Amino acid sequence: MAENVTPRVRVPSTAEAGETVTIKTLISHQMESGQRRDSSGNVIPRSIINRFVATFNGETVIDVTLEPAISTNPYFEFQAKVPESGDFVFTWYDDDGSVYEETASVSVG
Amino acid sequence: MRRLNVAALATGLAVCAAAPALADFDEVDELVINGEIEMTTRAEAPEHLNGVLPEIISGWRFRTDETQQLQMDDFDNPAMLAVDQATEVWNTALGSEGQSCASCHDDPAVSMEGVRAVYPKWDEEREQVQTLEMQINECVTERLGAEAWEYDGDRMIDMTALISTASRGMPVDVAIDGPAQSTWEQGREIYYTRYGQLELACANCHEDNWGNYIRADHLSQGQTNGFPVYRLRNARLNSTHQRFYGCIRDTRAETFPVGSPEFVALELYVASRGNGLSVEAPSVRN
Repeated sequence: MAENVTPRVRVPSTAEAGETVTIKTLISHQMESGQRRDSSGNVIPRSIINRFVATFNGETVIDVTLEPAISTNPYFEFQAKVPESGDFVFTWYDDDGSVYEETASVSVG
Repeated sequence: MRRLNVAALATGLAVCAAAPALADFDEVDELVINGEIEMTTRAEAPEHLNGVLPEIISGWRFRTDETQQLQMDDFDNPAMLAVDQATEVWNTALGSEGQSCASCHDDPAVSMEGVRAVYPKWDEEREQVQTLEMQINECVTERLGAEAWEYDGDRMIDMTALISTASRGMPVDVAIDGPAQSTWEQGREIYYTRYGQLELACANCHEDNWGNYIRADHLSQGQTNGFPVYRLRNARLNSTHQRFYGCIRDTRAETFPVGSPEFVALELYVASRGNGLSVEAPSVRN
């Protein structure tokens, strides 16, 4: 079970119509690969964020599959075109079934 | 921007004593955090280093552009996750007294301003030099009535990171005279003592050879103004004593334990070598 998982996003609050904005996202997560062993030699079970999705007004902006080699606290920085005012919704899917969601609004005008 | 100068390195190895003249570090970039907090990353050497170092330089200037940038924005700085966690602990009642850090100290951004810059510091009541960790544990055990935190446990390091953020941009200014002087001298003794099978003192790398490469590692002056530091190599916050431990271990020596009086003395001495540099903690290094 992942502990202390907190998503953080940075999205500009305003934009021009059709402007390309830079978005930064970070989620604190230990990203345990499943390859390591503890001090008594037992395999530490895999526990990672396996998928990250960003949408804008319901339309997919980016959809990422994460693999065990990705390091702790996965960080994504990407660009998106903002045609109108609306909401970015960011969703992270955890191996343990948890889903973490964060929303950020952009107003155009 | 920076590249390994093979000729300079070869000369540096041949005449180690002349190394500072060949020092290689980032002389161009300036460290400004969040576009607001301006950091002093080069400063005049404190008086006690006259003739030893031409100037004092933050470890930030010895890192690559990519690593430097991680520290320039709190969103990109992974250490700020630990600060968030420490803020939660700060506001949570712990121990038998039903009190939290916030019960006495309220907002850390105000009450802890300048604290990190002057530690380690002489404690009148206990008649010894205390590090930030020792001071935190004094509060945890005596005021909160909780069990002492592990000296280099996550909770402790995260808390030192939170307290450090309130001093960012302020110059390091530890006192080395008065009652702290004997501890400071003990620390200086350790700094110049060669340890381990490799017979290396702190000074051999960080005073004689800063700016040079030791295999793939770019040697800095070993300043502690950025501690606790988020290291990319282990993807977590690291305390000063953990770093000392790692360095001495790498000389193939039996090291002093984390939190030992020897490391407290060394921490005071090394901090005093950075008097004048800005507190950068929590910083990002490789």
